[in-house]
Amino acid sequence: MIALLTRDLRLAVRAGGGFGLGLAFFLIVTVLVPLGVGPETALLSKIAPGILWIGALLACLLSLDRIFALDFEDGSIDLLATAPLPMEGIVTVKALAHWLTTGLPLVLAAPALGVLLSLPQGGYFWVVVSLAVGTPALSVIGTFGAALTVGLKRGGLLMSLLVLPLYVPTLVFGAEVARRGGEGLTVQTPLLMLAGISFGAVALLPFASAAVLRINLR
Amino acid sequence: MMPELGKYADAVLSSYAVSIALIVVLVALSIRRSRKLKVELAAIEERVKHG
Amino acid sequence: MSIWEYANPVKFIRTTDRLMPYLAVGAVICLVSGLVWGFFFTPDDYRQGSTVKIIYLHVPAALMAINAWIMMLVASLVWIVRRHHVSALAARAAAPVGAVMTVIALATGAIWGQPMWGTWWVWDPRLTSFLILFLFYLGYIALWEAIEDDDTAADLTSILCLVGSVFAILSRYAVLFWNQGLHQGASLSLDKEEHVADVYSNPLYVSIAGFVLLFIALVFLRTQTEIRARRARALIARERLT
Repeated sequence: MIALLTRDLRLAVRAGGGFGLGLAFFLIVTVLVPLGVGPETALLSKIAPGILWIGALLACLLSLDRIFALDFEDGSIDLLATAPLPMEGIVTVKALAHWLTTGLPLVLAAPALGVLLSLPQGGYFWVVVSLAVGTPALSVIGTFGAALTVGLKRGGLLMSLLVLPLYVPTLVFGAEVARRGGEGLTVQTPLLMLAGISFGAVALLPFASAAVLRINLR
Repeated sequence: MMPELGKYADAVLSSYAVSIALIVVLVALSIRRSRKLKVELAAIEERVKHG
Repeated sequence: MSIWEYANPVKFIRTTDRLMPYLAVGAVICLVSGLVWGFFFTPDDYRQGSTVKIIYLHVPAALMAINAWIMMLVASLVWIVRRHHVSALAARAAAPVGAVMTVIALATGAIWGQPMWGTWWVWDPRLTSFLILFLFYLGYIALWEAIEDDDTAADLTSILCLVGSVFAILSRYAVLFWNQGLHQGASLSLDKEEHVADVYSNPLYVSIAGFVLLFIALVFLRTQTEIRARRARALIARERLT
């Protein structure tokens, strides 16, 4: 398992692995939004938590097809499937690798981008916390979507259509935590719900992803 | 015959029109596809039997 | 005699063929009488005026939009557990019908909302969850269309339907929470059910019955079509082999 994780991480960091792409995409989205809605500080600071969340979500989405596509193309996924590791384990490791290479950098970059959007002072902490709690769910749900569309040519658009509705609860609660934190309100309820979704998704979805992957490799 | 719909006539009539149109289109498409496949399948079965 | 006998496609087609005229006639009678009754013979509401007549389309369509998804969920479970092809194909057949029902509910809701709330669309929890439900339908249908192998498609879509159901329910509650968070004390209550008087509710029941019958008839018809399409594909594949 650890060998698989380090292999995936190394592949992602290597040139062409798309490690920096997600971050760059996140940056571009946050730069584009003020250009689109105008530079008023009051407006920006109001919508900053939502924008950061949507940017993170889209950056996550973009990097999903890399989870299985490369392995599927060169056939190493068949090797993995016949390895002693259970499919659920493979899927979990893949999701973890995706989170480490995409989710975690996004969490760390969010405060810096918050400056660009004049995020309210109290908001930084909660944006980071909500992203840290929520992005694992994004990775795990995304792995499910990637597993669904792994064998398809041009599956990227279809995968977005499948994955985005599944992202709704995470986005709602995550952005709500960040927003309330920014306004100095209590964040306990949405934070607990967000954590619940993350834990639930991490605990249960790998089984669905593994089942789907088995079907696709049949 | 027409009931007095008052100032909301547009809203009521357009929602009925939209809904009925959608249902009719759905039913028509379902029936058309059903007919088409019946014919196609019959042709294929015929070909398999005698071809 | 058990329900599983209808897992046999031939038997399914034969039985549904026999039932179809009754269903179709019943659906037409209920729909026409319910809608005519509602449209021509109900008084205007003192507050909503004549827009109250939209209820005879809006509520049944919304009900069927949700029930269609539940039916797909049950059919998917049956496919996963017992692997009856008819079941998977029935789920596939129901999806477009459910999607159209969702569109009707959303469209009539928007048209209704325009004069009543002064806006076509508000991010009310119910409206939002229906929009999300529509997205789920789109994804489900798109996945069926995208995969060529029938069994693979049936497996994948049924798992998507299961996972999607969980997330649809989660979204429902998330959205409920989110809107309360945004508009505290907003009073756009959609809870008309409590206030509907008998004059309005009787034609509504007839109309709902019509929508249910229509849905069943359509699903039977479309399932038959899917069965035939599947058989045609199988025959062509066999032909190529020999």
